[in-house]
Amino acid sequence: MQVPEQAGADSAAHGLADFLERRREQLAQRWADGPLFRTVFTVSRDEAVEACKAVVDALSEVASTGRLESVGAPGFGEVREQLGRMAASRAGRGFTPAQIADEAAGLRTAAVELLRDETEDRPDDEARDVLLALTVLMGTLRLVIMETTVSAGEELIARQQLQLLEVATPVISLWEGVIAVPLIGTLDSARSQVVMESLLQAIVEQRARYAILDITGVPTVDSLVAQHLMKTVAAARLMGAECVVSGIRPAIAQTIVHLGIDLSSVLTRSSLADALAYALSRQGIEVSQRAAGANPR
Amino acid sequence: MTPASDPATATSLPIGSDADLAWVRHQVRQFAAELGFGLVQQTKIVTAASELARNTLVHGGGGQARITPLRNGPASGLQLVFIDTGPGIRDVELAMTDGYTTGGGLGLGLSGARRLVDELAIETEPGQGTVVTLVAWVSRASAVRPGSG
Repeated sequence: MQVPEQAGADSAAHGLADFLERRREQLAQRWADGPLFRTVFTVSRDEAVEACKAVVDALSEVASTGRLESVGAPGFGEVREQLGRMAASRAGRGFTPAQIADEAAGLRTAAVELLRDETEDRPDDEARDVLLALTVLMGTLRLVIMETTVSAGEELIARQQLQLLEVATPVISLWEGVIAVPLIGTLDSARSQVVMESLLQAIVEQRARYAILDITGVPTVDSLVAQHLMKTVAAARLMGAECVVSGIRPAIAQTIVHLGIDLSSVLTRSSLADALAYALSRQGIEVSQRAAGANPR
Repeated sequence: MTPASDPATATSLPIGSDADLAWVRHQVRQFAAELGFGLVQQTKIVTAASELARNTLVHGGGGQARITPLRNGPASGLQLVFIDTGPGIRDVELAMTDGYTTGGGLGLGLSGARRLVDELAIETEPGQGTVVTLVAWVSRASAVRPGSG
């Protein structure tokens, strides 16, 4: 072949862009009947056709720039959000990524058929190159669709992690001047930061003199968790509140001792009830059972 | 004493993020519970695993944890191996000292973990990574439940 390979690929890409612009209507009509578009745009078929046209336009723009294999080609930017919604809708109906990929492959079949019909009478090198370019481009489209599927899942996970951080650390007012934070689950650096912030905030807002950190729901207390607890206690002390760590189970207590963590600077109680009783008695509040005779009837 | 460890039953877990640490703890706890470790021993092993897995992540730059159930006659145990390809430990004896830290922690990770299990061995060379192996056996006292004989 006389033409350098790169130039051949470029002309094939432009031939492909021409084809896509020329057959925009027919291609959109065919795609609109495929499961991927039909089942997502259920309100009207016109809507599906419009969505298909947007994708065809994006493909021809990518083809005209010659970046057939680039998932990040700017042409895809316009339809990325739409494709993401479609993939999410399919995933929402219980489709696996593999099944969505199959449906995306169906788009290629329709486009290839259309191109074959057009070039049937002149099966030359150029037609073959355009066909090859089309296959490559449709493969890239499939990748873009899969990418939006995956990133939608990742976004969901990141959002849920954020929600967990906020949800899992309520500050409870137990008594006037006594607040408690029941800690549940893994106390990693991010969580303990949130705990410290909301605790200190609550100490200011509720003018709390006593803050109880209850670790009944923390499965493992290793040296990092202990360090986080000690820092939180120290910060609360700087704010003028006395901190009590409660909910230390027997297994946790033995482990802390063997690990060699010195928690003597931290006031501890075995249960939340004990910690509350301590805080109340320090404030001069006495809780006593009413004498049987004094019960008004 | 050559405990029979079946490589087919070894479970490898990656350590590359905080979430992986939580998964390692979860898996170790499950293995320990299945092997019949009592609650106190379970907590000790999981805590030791947590310390070493964090070392693998923070100092070793990530690696993997291998969990293998052990059997030696009537005794059952658990072997945990933490492998990283990080900078290694220059002075193992110093690293095993209570309160010695290079990472801003309490310096109780290695030394504390050793007190929580039956055996702890470190293989390391500066620049060659670190392999920490720890073994815990189900102790009779905690394995025998009241009324079981």
